[in-house]
Amino acid sequence: MSMQPITFTTRKCLSKTVKSLVDCRGLTPDALQDLSIDAIKNCTLLLNNTRVKVADVFDVTGEDLQHIVFNHHESHIQLDCVGAWMRVGKITFYGDAGDYCGLNMISGEIVVHGNTQDLTACNMVNGFITIRGNAGDFVGGGLDGERKGMKNGTILIKGNAGARVGDQMRRGLILIEGNTGDYCGSRMIAGTIGVLGNVGKYTGFNMRRGTILLQKPFTPHPTIQDCGAHTLPFLSLLYTSFSKFDTPFSILHNQRVRRYIGDLSHNGNGEILQMLG
Amino acid sequence: MIINTIHIDDTFAEAFNMRGTRVIITAQNLTWAYHAANAMTGFATSVIGCGVEAGIECELSASETPDGRIGVSILMFAMGSKVLMQQLETRMGQCILTCPTAAAFAGIEAKDGLEVEMISLGKHLRFFGDGFQTSKLLNGKRYWRIPVMDGEFLTQETTGMVRGIGGGNFLILATSQPAALQAAEVAVAAMRQVRNTIMPFPGGVVRSGSKVGSRYPKMFASTNDAFCPTLKGATKTALSDDIESVMEIVIDGFTFEDIAQSMRVGIQAICDLGSDSGVKRISAGNYGGKLGPHHFNLHSIMQAQG
Repeated sequence: MSMQPITFTTRKCLSKTVKSLVDCRGLTPDALQDLSIDAIKNCTLLLNNTRVKVADVFDVTGEDLQHIVFNHHESHIQLDCVGAWMRVGKITFYGDAGDYCGLNMISGEIVVHGNTQDLTACNMVNGFITIRGNAGDFVGGGLDGERKGMKNGTILIKGNAGARVGDQMRRGLILIEGNTGDYCGSRMIAGTIGVLGNVGKYTGFNMRRGTILLQKPFTPHPTIQDCGAHTLPFLSLLYTSFSKFDTPFSILHNQRVRRYIGDLSHNGNGEILQMLG
Repeated sequence: MIINTIHIDDTFAEAFNMRGTRVIITAQNLTWAYHAANAMTGFATSVIGCGVEAGIECELSASETPDGRIGVSILMFAMGSKVLMQQLETRMGQCILTCPTAAAFAGIEAKDGLEVEMISLGKHLRFFGDGFQTSKLLNGKRYWRIPVMDGEFLTQETTGMVRGIGGGNFLILATSQPAALQAAEVAVAAMRQVRNTIMPFPGGVVRSGSKVGSRYPKMFASTNDAFCPTLKGATKTALSDDIESVMEIVIDGFTFEDIAQSMRVGIQAICDLGSDSGVKRISAGNYGGKLGPHHFNLHSIMQAQG
């Protein structure tokens, strides 16, 4: 008989007059390793900067510490830092997650069956995050004051993403099936961003290296230079690397692209590849 | 031992430890893949004068290559890792980088349980891009894209180097030069089907087998006079009166079994020709067993068949 995942279901007892921010960074498979259910219930969390017990916020059931499930459908409660610093295992999140989902995630997998707010996967080190809804601003970006965003790993967003996707991203892969806001790939250091929908203004703003792969036309700003249409065999390798993901990116095969390079105002050697045909 | 009227000498081939690597070359079509591979494996018959021994292992279909294009696999062997790395980089730069549409990928990856050392394939070649080169890390492997006049040159950063064996061989003794060469061609065609091995000499065949040393002090290898038919009366010959020509096939491979299998397939293909082919004997080259640690006994190899 298979073990049931540890499940945190948000309780309805919290006040609905004030939005409650819950910091969930301690609720990861590695942080809860070797703890009993009672011990988990007695762990402390930050609720609006006040220390409370896990049991004050969540009903906790299950026994499989390698798989954590969040059932969160209370709109007045925002669960931040889900999966932060996670090293192993899997987190499945039903509902909308708050800010900093996957903050500094080191390994493992997070699947969010809903939306996430800003700074999803910021400073991510490795691992795999799937957002089945939309994500806010600064996906894969860096925390305030950091010089680098995500350092590796994969983020797959089935919906749309906000502005500044991959800001200061150092390495890794962000795939967005929907649209993005402005400044997609801003200050990008390296890595790959793929967007099947539309992008906003200033795509690749101040990017230094890396690749932004677009399926739809975009408006380059003046310091992104058009290098013409090309057939790049390298793209077959890139597409092959997508094949393991459950996404329309896995069936791409078009190697014909228009190549833009920039951001020249930043002495950049990044590229924006817009698929043709 | 006699197989189908052809005598197999009770002797052995003596082989040496080497370092080897595999590189996968792809291109727009097989013609250009062969242009690149032939250039890269050119002047690579013997470590004595070329530094490395290299050859084409096999053709690869589009489904067998990393970039989904048709290609060929080449193997390269040297006596030491330093020489192999230097030769690989030089040949990559002059033969693959220059060849239209060609791309290069690792043919050996680091895997658990295998003693694999990763060496530079395109790691230093990227500087040809003069700052315009870009890299991508895909599935843990780093690739370099170097802008060139036909588009982009794509190469993996490293390939694997493993221990190998060089110098497996056998000699074909026949009643005429055409007979010896035809038998050698048949053997090489069969041996090309064996993976992990190459026959580095022209067409896979050597006519100038050598012995260690010479009467000239500066020469450390000279003609194998015991198997030269025109010297039968002038030296301690290993040939009978009816032998007019001897051809040698040299095999390099990754493991002892790979080379033994290649030799077995080649010798059997010759024996299948029978006495009408003009082949009388199969022998092998060795140095008395004192120089190389790997001994390929012809009788043992052929008895292991089936």
